[in-house]
Amino acid sequence: MTEPKFVYVTYIATTPEKLWQALTEGAFTRQYWFGQTIESDWTLGSRVVFRSGSDVHDYGEVLACEPYTRLSYSWRVEFHELFRHEKPSRVTFELEAMGAEVKLTVTHDEFEPGSKVHAAVSNGWPLVLASLKSLLETGRGSTLTTPDKLCGAKERAIALAEDAA
Amino acid sequence: MTESKFVPKTIYVTYIAATPERVWAALTGAEFTKQYFFGRDIEIEPKVGGSFAMRMPDGRFDIKGRVIEWDPPRRLAVTWGVAFEEFRALPESLVTYEIEPMGGSVKLTMTEAHQWDVPDAILAGGRQGWPLILSSLKSLLETGKPIVVGVKVGPPKEMLEAVKDAVAKKPWRAAVTQ
Repeated sequence: MTEPKFVYVTYIATTPEKLWQALTEGAFTRQYWFGQTIESDWTLGSRVVFRSGSDVHDYGEVLACEPYTRLSYSWRVEFHELFRHEKPSRVTFELEAMGAEVKLTVTHDEFEPGSKVHAAVSNGWPLVLASLKSLLETGRGSTLTTPDKLCGAKERAIALAEDAA
Repeated sequence: MTESKFVPKTIYVTYIAATPERVWAALTGAEFTKQYFFGRDIEIEPKVGGSFAMRMPDGRFDIKGRVIEWDPPRRLAVTWGVAFEEFRALPESLVTYEIEPMGGSVKLTMTEAHQWDVPDAILAGGRQGWPLILSSLKSLLETGKPIVVGVKVGPPKEMLEAVKDAVAKKPWRAAVTQ
């Protein structure tokens, strides 16, 4: 049996430097990631925190950081008890410059067997990454990923995880 | 032919800041497809059972099929036969686009389904192509400019070998009756 794994590829009209900034700086993530800011000093082993307001939703640890090329962190989903007991999964962003565009490959893996997090993320990533692409190309993230949509996104993630159970 | 024989193998979802009508027009209009679908013009008869083809910039057709579902601006399904070289001998796949309005945007889901147990090496072609095609469609509708990748992207080498191998062995004979 193959390990559960989520892979998504998108092409963005931007530079690897701008895309890197959008992935690693809270001032950018909050514009395309349901208002959440990402916080880390991006050195190996450092903590990565997803925060909205004073709430910490998820956190992890930096596993790889090669600026403009490759970023990887572990990820523990904290916002609901359904996910909280699972061991952290791993997300990896690979950036590849192709002419005037960047190919971005997002791989989310190392889920535990029967992971509910896996069931939940397959829905969320296409939306977050579509919004990231819109932000970099048009200056505006998707209206589907504004801070007021965070609750709905969490509810969908929980519903998907419960369906998969 | 019954559609129920087709099993989804590749699904790609994206969200586009556009109306369902604009997305439908982009999927079915040659003035759009030539900009985001590797330069190809779509030729499609707007009815179930109508013909469907994609014409390359050199005038030859490399994709041919039939319209299975025509429900503007919600669902479009076409059979998808690759019309060059060894690929011609492969069974057709089924490509379905689903357009869902969502808070002023659109969720676009592309599903590529097959009627035989296609090896991953052959699926790799679509898995490489669809993200680029649909990323480009999104850019075109949101910014007016498609994605034009400066690096030439051809079919994966393993894919061509897997197609040759499949055509020689025809593993679909048990599953496909046409």
